[in-house]
Amino acid sequence: MKPKKKEHWDLIIEPNRSLLNIKLKQLFRYRDLLIQMVLRDITVVYKQTVLGPIWFFVQPILTTVIYVFVFGRIANISTDGIPGPLFYMGGIVIWNYFADCFNKTSDTFVQNAGVFGKVYFPRLISPLSVVISNSIKFVIQIVLFLVIYVYYFATTGNLQPQISLLGLPLFIILMAALGLGLGLIFSSLTTKYKDLKFLIQFGVQLLMYATPIIYPLSTIPEKLQFYFKLNPITHIVEGFKYAFFGIGYFNPVWLLYSTAVILLVLILGIIVFNKTEKDFMDTV
Amino acid sequence: MSDIVLKVENLSKLYRLGEVGTGTISHDLNRWWAKIRGKEDPYALVGQVNDRSQKAESDYVWSLRDINFEVKQGEVLGVIGKNGAGKSTLLKLISQITSPTTGSIKAKGRIASLLEVGTGMNPELTARENIYLNGAILGMTKKEIAKKFDEIVDFSGCTMYVDTPVKRFSSGMRVRLGFAVAAFLEPEILIVDEVLAVGDAEFQKKAIGKMKDISAGGGRTVLFVSHNMAAVKSLCSRCILLNNGELIFNSSSELAIMKYLASEETSDNIIIIDKSIDNIFHLKEIEIYSSDRGNKVLIHEQIKIIVSIQILENSTWGYHANLFITDGSDLIVFAMSSRDIQLKDKGIYAVEFTIPSNFINNIFYGIDLNIIKNQSESIYYKKNILTIEGVDIAKREGWLGKVPGILRPTNFVGKTIKLV
Repeated sequence: MKPKKKEHWDLIIEPNRSLLNIKLKQLFRYRDLLIQMVLRDITVVYKQTVLGPIWFFVQPILTTVIYVFVFGRIANISTDGIPGPLFYMGGIVIWNYFADCFNKTSDTFVQNAGVFGKVYFPRLISPLSVVISNSIKFVIQIVLFLVIYVYYFATTGNLQPQISLLGLPLFIILMAALGLGLGLIFSSLTTKYKDLKFLIQFGVQLLMYATPIIYPLSTIPEKLQFYFKLNPITHIVEGFKYAFFGIGYFNPVWLLYSTAVILLVLILGIIVFNKTEKDFMDTV
Repeated sequence: MSDIVLKVENLSKLYRLGEVGTGTISHDLNRWWAKIRGKEDPYALVGQVNDRSQKAESDYVWSLRDINFEVKQGEVLGVIGKNGAGKSTLLKLISQITSPTTGSIKAKGRIASLLEVGTGMNPELTARENIYLNGAILGMTKKEIAKKFDEIVDFSGCTMYVDTPVKRFSSGMRVRLGFAVAAFLEPEILIVDEVLAVGDAEFQKKAIGKMKDISAGGGRTVLFVSHNMAAVKSLCSRCILLNNGELIFNSSSELAIMKYLASEETSDNIIIIDKSIDNIFHLKEIEIYSSDRGNKVLIHEQIKIIVSIQILENSTWGYHANLFITDGSDLIVFAMSSRDIQLKDKGIYAVEFTIPSNFINNIFYGIDLNIIKNQSESIYYKKNILTIEGVDIAKREGWLGKVPGILRPTNFVGKTIKLV
């Protein structure tokens, strides 16, 4: 018998893969695909529409108008002295960002079963492209928010932007990370248990009411506030409002707690996703 | 250093039969429990052989079992087998779409799979945008695509429609576009599933030519799965034959194709059709008469093939039958016709076709049956209705190899005359 020479293989496909093997190198090699998918997501939505990207503005504006009317005028829910349109717009924009990231990544496998069944590329590219295209949409919407903000800042003068405004990118990244993390977990589970799809649909809606979006945290009775604080999104939304308006709940310790929870969710998501991607075609 | 670029070792894949969903949680828990105790997957043991015609006895089936083979650089390997033999599963495993249950696949260089053309193309996007998107999905970088963009458009023959949304394309044009992108991929290992089944004849020729260039010119390795034996024969130097999830043959494509045709096509010497083609012509059966068994025929004897026909009513126009003897794929070796006697009157007939002795070779042939009405209209055409396998009992050639040729007329010989 000849001694077995140690051969070099570029690719070895085996049944078991370690849990946290994200293959960053591969992800990087497929960066052009990521860009192409983002371009597709952005352009396809508004092909053959007259208003095109203006629709990015229409949705938050109309929602804000309705919220001002329903929650502000009819239900008379306090906004802690912040001008209604600004309060709701801020909440809607940041919440929608999270909700879109979550919703649209949560059916990655089911939506892309056709493509995934025919071609291999790092599956993580798909949810990442969703998050990036939503980020672009978010940036456009936050510009709208800033325009309204500047208007109120100039006219009313009782808005006090805080130094924590510098932490805005962190808030945005955390929102995206949570949306992505939850999306990854649910997308992996829905391949086998399709029941979860229904849960997500109204779950996100309910979660919004459990988060201080249409009401400030301060209106919650003291006793219950602790439970609201356990929700990691609470601190991001409140922190966001505090940074812009100087009104809201901002506590670095709680924010650290949020960050830790979100990181945990994201890591768990990546692990579950990684485990699912290799044989989801058999169960989808 | 060997030049093996793909090595498949003990590869197996277990699939669950029936609906995934019921009882999966309990099975998952059972598996997990077994794993914790360091035991084997309890369901892997009960997997049964993948034979779709058998009744399922367990919930799991081995779609592939203990597959071993190697592919050298620049080789075009054909993968053939019946439907459900595991060909697609094998390609899916190699192209990383799903992962194996046991065993491993080792590869050198980039693998690109073409299990379908135009994967991920978006109908709303224009051809230009789709070329970039599809190229990226197949693993090309933007730079690579930009460099080859003109060639791709040219190859697809869709120059005029570059800025038209793909949804306005005909399905054939979409395929052309998809294949054009894939053709300019430059992976070390290319995996192609039956994508050539679509597109017109001109395009198929173009596609096969391109694949030949890829392997010959570029020294790249191609794995080709197809039921089109003519394409396999012209492209592949070597073939593996899969049957019920097992690799049963690994040899030159010519031998493998023969073996495949022998296992694929019925080896019966009679096919009972018993079907009315129209309200006058009733096709009863077709039978091969030979002194050997089944579809084996002795090549030094006359071979008779008899088609039984019933004419249900007297008719004003006549009917006749044609037999085409083929190489099992697209090439017709010769044709026989009963045109001289048109069947018109009510009754039962036997149309006898005779292949003379010492005429065919000891290889496989397919028989296509064709019924013609009124000397002009083809009302029935069945490809490979029967196959015949020439058997050379005498082995007169005096050597163990084969006599080359599709036919072997023994009276076509060279005669030697002593001149001086």
